[in-house]
Amino acid sequence: MSQDDTQPTPPALSDSASDTPDTHSTGAHMPARERSVVGTVGVALMGAGLRSARPLQKIVLGGVGAGLVALAATGRNPLATALKIRQNKEGEVLVSDAVTVGKPAAELYAVWRDLAGLPRLMTHLERVEVLDAGRSRWTVKAPTGEVSWEADITADEPGQRLAWASVEGAAVPNHGEVLFRAAPGHRGTEVVVRLTYRPPAGTAGAIVARLTGEEPAQQLRDDLMRFKREQELGFAPTTEGQSSGRAPQGGAA
Amino acid sequence: MKAIVWQGTNKVGVETVPDPTLLLPTDAIIKITSTAICGSDLHLLDGVIPSMEKGDILGHEFMGEVVEVGRDVKKLKPGDRVVVPFNIACGVCDPCRRGLFSACDNSNPNHRMAEALYGGVSGGGLFGYSHMYGGYAGGQAQYVRVPFADIGPHKIESDLRDEQVLFLTDIFPTGYQAAENCGIVPGRDVVAVFGAGPVGQFAARSAQMLGAAHVIVVDRVPERLAMAEAAGCQVINYEQDDVLVALREATGGRGPDHVIDAVGMEAHGHGPGALVDTAKQRLKLSFDRITALRWALLSCAKGGTVSLPGVYGGLIDKVPMGAAFAKGLTFKMGQTHTQRHIAPLLSRIEAGEIDPSFVVTHRASLDEAPALYKTFRDKHDGCIKVVLNPWA
Ligand SMILES: [Zn+2]
Ligand SMILES: [Zn+2]
Repeated sequence: MSQDDTQPTPPALSDSASDTPDTHSTGAHMPARERSVVGTVGVALMGAGLRSARPLQKIVLGGVGAGLVALAATGRNPLATALKIRQNKEGEVLVSDAVTVGKPAAELYAVWRDLAGLPRLMTHLERVEVLDAGRSRWTVKAPTGEVSWEADITADEPGQRLAWASVEGAAVPNHGEVLFRAAPGHRGTEVVVRLTYRPPAGTAGAIVARLTGEEPAQQLRDDLMRFKREQELGFAPTTEGQSSGRAPQGGAA
Repeated sequence: MKAIVWQGTNKVGVETVPDPTLLLPTDAIIKITSTAICGSDLHLLDGVIPSMEKGDILGHEFMGEVVEVGRDVKKLKPGDRVVVPFNIACGVCDPCRRGLFSACDNSNPNHRMAEALYGGVSGGGLFGYSHMYGGYAGGQAQYVRVPFADIGPHKIESDLRDEQVLFLTDIFPTGYQAAENCGIVPGRDVVAVFGAGPVGQFAARSAQMLGAAHVIVVDRVPERLAMAEAAGCQVINYEQDDVLVALREATGGRGPDHVIDAVGMEAHGHGPGALVDTAKQRLKLSFDRITALRWALLSCAKGGTVSLPGVYGGLIDKVPMGAAFAKGLTFKMGQTHTQRHIAPLLSRIEAGEIDPSFVVTHRASLDEAPALYKTFRDKHDGCIKVVLNPWA
C-alpha cells in the first residue's frame, strides 16, 4: 500500500516571483517603471467605462480599469496571473507550447530553417527577409502599421534546435527557439517552441493585448496544430462552405 | 435537399438546404438511404451539449450510396454501398495508427473549442454533433459530405438490409466496445448493464457474444426490459427492486464481475459549470448518470471493470471512489473507435450471430422526424430506436 501523506503544495497563485525560476514564473511582480504605465491605462479604461452608454462595456472596461489601477498601486499583477500571462523577472513575456508530429526531426527542422517560409508557420509574421547567412529582417502587422526588426540566428543545430534573437534596438525585443527531439516509441518528433518578448507597453501591453483578443499562447497553439496537420495530412480539415440551414442561397434540390 | 436542422433548444425542423459539395480532395458525397436518431441527439435537442448553431444539420448514424468522390479518394467509387462511422478520423496520426480513431488529433477543425473545455485536449470530429466536435454537417438528410473518405466509410458487399448494418455506424460498436473493455472471461464472468436503451441492448448482446456466463440488465421501462429479456438476459426493474440488493442476490453476494453504465446522459444543465447542480436536483427524479455510476461502483465485484460507453460532459461529484479503490476496480471509458469494430462486427452479422435490426421500433420519413424526436425523448409509444428513410 502506498499512501503519500504529504500533499503536494499547489503552485501559488500569488505573485511571489522571488524563488521561482525565471522561465517558469507565472504572473510575477511588475517592474517599478511599469507601474505608472499600468496605472495610466487603468485610469483611462475606467474613464472609458464610466462614459460608455453600453452597460456591458461599462462593467467590463470599468472593472478592468479598476483592476489595472489597483495593481499599479500595489505593484502586483494578479490580472496577468489570472490571464495566465507568463513573465520573468525582467518583465519579458514567455510563450511556449509543444506538439508531436509524425515525421522525422530532420524534415521538420528543414521546414523551420527556411526562414523566408516562417510566416506560413507563424501566422503573426507578415514576412521574413533573409539578409545574410545569420541575419534576417522580421515584419509583423500591428494596429499601428507594420513593425520590423532584425534578428540573428543564435543557434543552429540541424535536426535538433534553431534559435534566434532580435538585434539591439528592436521595437519588440524578442528571442525564441524551436527544439526538435525524437518522440519515444517511433511516434515522430516532439516540436517545442519557446518565444520570449518584451511587449511595447510591458505588462500593461501584454494585458491589454490579451484582453483585446490577441492571445500569443493561443496563436502559437493554433500555429503548431496547423503545422502538425500540414505535415501529417498535407491539408487543413475544414467545414468551410458545407451545407447548412444558414446557407445564403436556397436549396438546390 | 431535405435535412433535419437544429433550430434552437428543443426545436428541430425539416428544411430545404443546399446539397453538399466536395470541399477537399479526400471527401466523398453519400446519398443517404437510411439514417437513425440516436439517444445522444437528444442532448443536442435539449441544449445540454454546447456550441450548437441554428441551421446545423443533425445526425451521425447513416449509410447510403457513394455518388461522388474527390480526386484523392482511392478506396471508394460512385455506386458503392457504405456505412459511415459517426466519428471522423484522419487515419494517419498517432492515435489513429494505434486504432484509437475517436481520439484522432487531426479531424476536428475546431480543436481549440474542445481544448478550452477539456484542459488542452480535443478528440476527433463527429458528424452532426456541435461545433466543438468540428461542426460537421450531419446525416439526417438526403446527402452528406464525408471527409477522410478512405478512412471511415466501410463497404457493404453482402445483400443485408440497411437495418441490419446501419447500427455499425455507432450503437452496435459502442455497445460492443463497452463489453470488450470489460475483458470478460468466457463462461465465468457476470456482466451487469445499467440502461436498456439502444446502446445498453447492444452492450448486453455483445457481452453474451463475448461469452459472459450471465448478463443482467437494469432499467425501468418495461418494453426495454422485455427486449433484453428476449435476448436471454436477467432483468431488474429499479423502480420495483432495490438494485444493489437484487444484484447481490443474483450474483451470490459477489456483485457482477463487470458493470457497463449505458445510461444516456440525462439533462445535466448547460456547460460544465452547471452540470453539478442540475445533476443534484435531478437525482431523485430520474435514473441519471450519477445514480447509475454510483450503483456501478457500489455493485461491481472485487477486481472488476466499470465500463462507460456513453458521453460524460462535465464534472461529477459524490462518486464513491473509496468503494472503487477498496475493490480494486478498473475504469474504461471513452468514445467508440468505430472504425476498428466495423469489419469484425459485420462478419458476425453476416455469420448470423446477431441481427441488429431487433432494436428498431419506429420507421419514418424525414418529415415525421421532428415529432419522433419527442416520442423518442419521452420514451412514448414503446420507442427504442427510430430509423428514417430520407426519400420516403
Ligand atoms: Zn449515436
Ligand atoms: Zn487521426
